[in-house]
Amino acid sequence: MNNGALITAENLVKQYPIGGRKFTALNDVNLTVQKGEFLGLVGPSGSGKTTLLNIIGALDYPTSGSAIVIGTDTKELSHRESARLRNEHLGFIFQTYNLLPVYTVFENVEFPLLLLGMDTEDRKKAVMGILDRVGLADRAASRPSQLSGGESQRVAVARAMVKKPKVVLADEPTANLDAENSHNVLQMMAKLNEEFQSTFIFATHDEKVIGYLRRKITLNDGRVAEDIETTPQYN
Amino acid sequence: MLIAKLAFRNLMGAGIRTWLNVFVLSLAFVMIIWVQGFIQGMNKYAMQATIDYEAGGGQFWHKDYDPYDPLTFEDSHAPLSPALAELISRGAATPILVTSGAIFPEGRIQSVVLRGIDPEQQILQLPSAYLSKEDDDVTPALIGAQMAKQTKLRVGDEVTIRWRDVHGTFDANDVRIVQIMNVSAPSVDVGQIWLPLEGLREMLRTPQEASLVVLAEDVSDVPSGNHTWVHRDLNFLLKEITELVRMKSGSSNILYGLLLFMGLLAIFDTQVLAIWRRRKEIGTFMALGMERVKVIGLFTLEGAMHGFLALVVGAIYGIPVLALTFAKGLPMPAMQADFGIALPQSLYPSYGLRLLVGTTLLVLIAVTIVSFLPASKIARLKPTDALRGKTS
Ligand SMILES: Nc1ncnc2c1ncn2[C@@H]1O[C@H](COP(=O)(O)OP(=O)(O)OP(=O)(O)O)[C@@H](O)[C@H]1O
Ligand SMILES: [Mg+2]
Repeated sequence: MNNGALITAENLVKQYPIGGRKFTALNDVNLTVQKGEFLGLVGPSGSGKTTLLNIIGALDYPTSGSAIVIGTDTKELSHRESARLRNEHLGFIFQTYNLLPVYTVFENVEFPLLLLGMDTEDRKKAVMGILDRVGLADRAASRPSQLSGGESQRVAVARAMVKKPKVVLADEPTANLDAENSHNVLQMMAKLNEEFQSTFIFATHDEKVIGYLRRKITLNDGRVAEDIETTPQYN
Repeated sequence: MLIAKLAFRNLMGAGIRTWLNVFVLSLAFVMIIWVQGFIQGMNKYAMQATIDYEAGGGQFWHKDYDPYDPLTFEDSHAPLSPALAELISRGAATPILVTSGAIFPEGRIQSVVLRGIDPEQQILQLPSAYLSKEDDDVTPALIGAQMAKQTKLRVGDEVTIRWRDVHGTFDANDVRIVQIMNVSAPSVDVGQIWLPLEGLREMLRTPQEASLVVLAEDVSDVPSGNHTWVHRDLNFLLKEITELVRMKSGSSNILYGLLLFMGLLAIFDTQVLAIWRRRKEIGTFMALGMERVKVIGLFTLEGAMHGFLALVVGAIYGIPVLALTFAKGLPMPAMQADFGIALPQSLYPSYGLRLLVGTTLLVLIAVTIVSFLPASKIARLKPTDALRGKTS
């Protein structure tokens, strides 16, 4: 595989049909991501950040070009195989947390492990371990409706991290959080990145997030305008 | 297992809406079993009553005998065939002679069917033994309770009957009501007067003849008919009852059909709404790596669980109700004569295994279908659209 790259985008194009015409959301995007990176896709609204993240997450497919994620071209995957790829290797964190409302905190975090078919004992250990890491072990029995925004997002981080995925995709994870909670969640993610060697890819225009990045890819009108290494301001 | 747990949680999470759906559905479920139980009970009772009082184990009819056309009666009798005579002689059959006539209760004229039966017979549960009490020279007669009510005849009353003998000559005589019998088969009661067989034979001048022969229930060597005597088996004799019960049950079918329809509609509606409202959740399931078919399965199961819950809830209040009606029966108002089939004073339902299993399957399958239809739409939902809370 391409120099051991974890993710490779080659001449990636994504077009959406709008009316009778085609709207190009991603235009000839090329990039490679290595294991353990902590990078962000930044750029103005509508520049294609979410679109790219979704393609990397095998939730969507390029119109042309290819996205190779953990050794497989996502275009070749069946529904079942792409679900499996997500379940085994990818973690998602959303702007709106997307916790399952009828589940407790514990059960929300447990869910990906259930899909993986892990046995009860291991599940329990893994879930309590990660909840401890995000500081919510004592809220295991709470329901999402009883949590603050910051707590909810920490549960979402725990749910994404509990299976120690190779890649974590986070779309505007701090957009609904205040500054303190944003830093809290970001510090946690930076620590987990270091510890688990999971690759983090953000889509964001939040300066606080950008302050934690080690690599910044700027998109503009669906093209990569800039791809640079940065030194994290916070830590 | 995981899916079942999730589905159950979601269902419980929906609270009152779930329970409303479940309640309506359980009502349909219990109603179907309750009503069908009665219909089957009625059917069973009517059939048994017809067998006990009229049909026996099947009959042989004179080829011209038509119970619905009294005008045929005068010509539809004949001497018994040797095979039938042999059955009768060993108590495995009994002959009945039928003719039309008239009675004159309180000076009015009323046409009746005169039936001659052997007082000694043991095949039909008619109390024919009363007809052997010939203490004086007045012919004894037996009538049913409905007939007694209609004609205002009472035990001991004498009434004039008129008939035509085999030569077409009118004749008249008085008979005495020796007993009023409580039989629940209208066909042996309404408009019928039972006389001793030999007496009627004399009146008609048809010695040794009969219109029909009733077989005992356990005759194994039923002779084949000949061109005068036609074998009518139970299927034939009970067909009318079965048809009638089916017709009577039609209106109740509509009632619980409507209930079931309402229940299913409510669940369908809930499903459509749930899938529309919970797109984001569906998207999240997909992002977490749940296969699309499993998501469909989850939502289908969630809807189908209404069916399971309805069975449980239905059982909770249904079993006591069913048990009570089973123990006490349902009092039948005095509508026997109008109803056209045998009805007891109290009707007892009959809950067969087929009814219970059939109804359970019907409810479960119907609910699964109405749950699956909206859920199958998820197959066309793109994960990215779902996550954005958009539909297709
Ligand atoms: N399903 C779709 N159909 C049509 N156009 C779409 C679709 N999804 C995205 N687009 C368009 O593609 C472009 C890129 O969208 P995308 O969501 O990737 O932007 P973004 O960089 O994430 O923006 P934001 O910062 O506002 O989240 C936008 O102009 C958007 O309108
Ligand atoms: Mg976006």
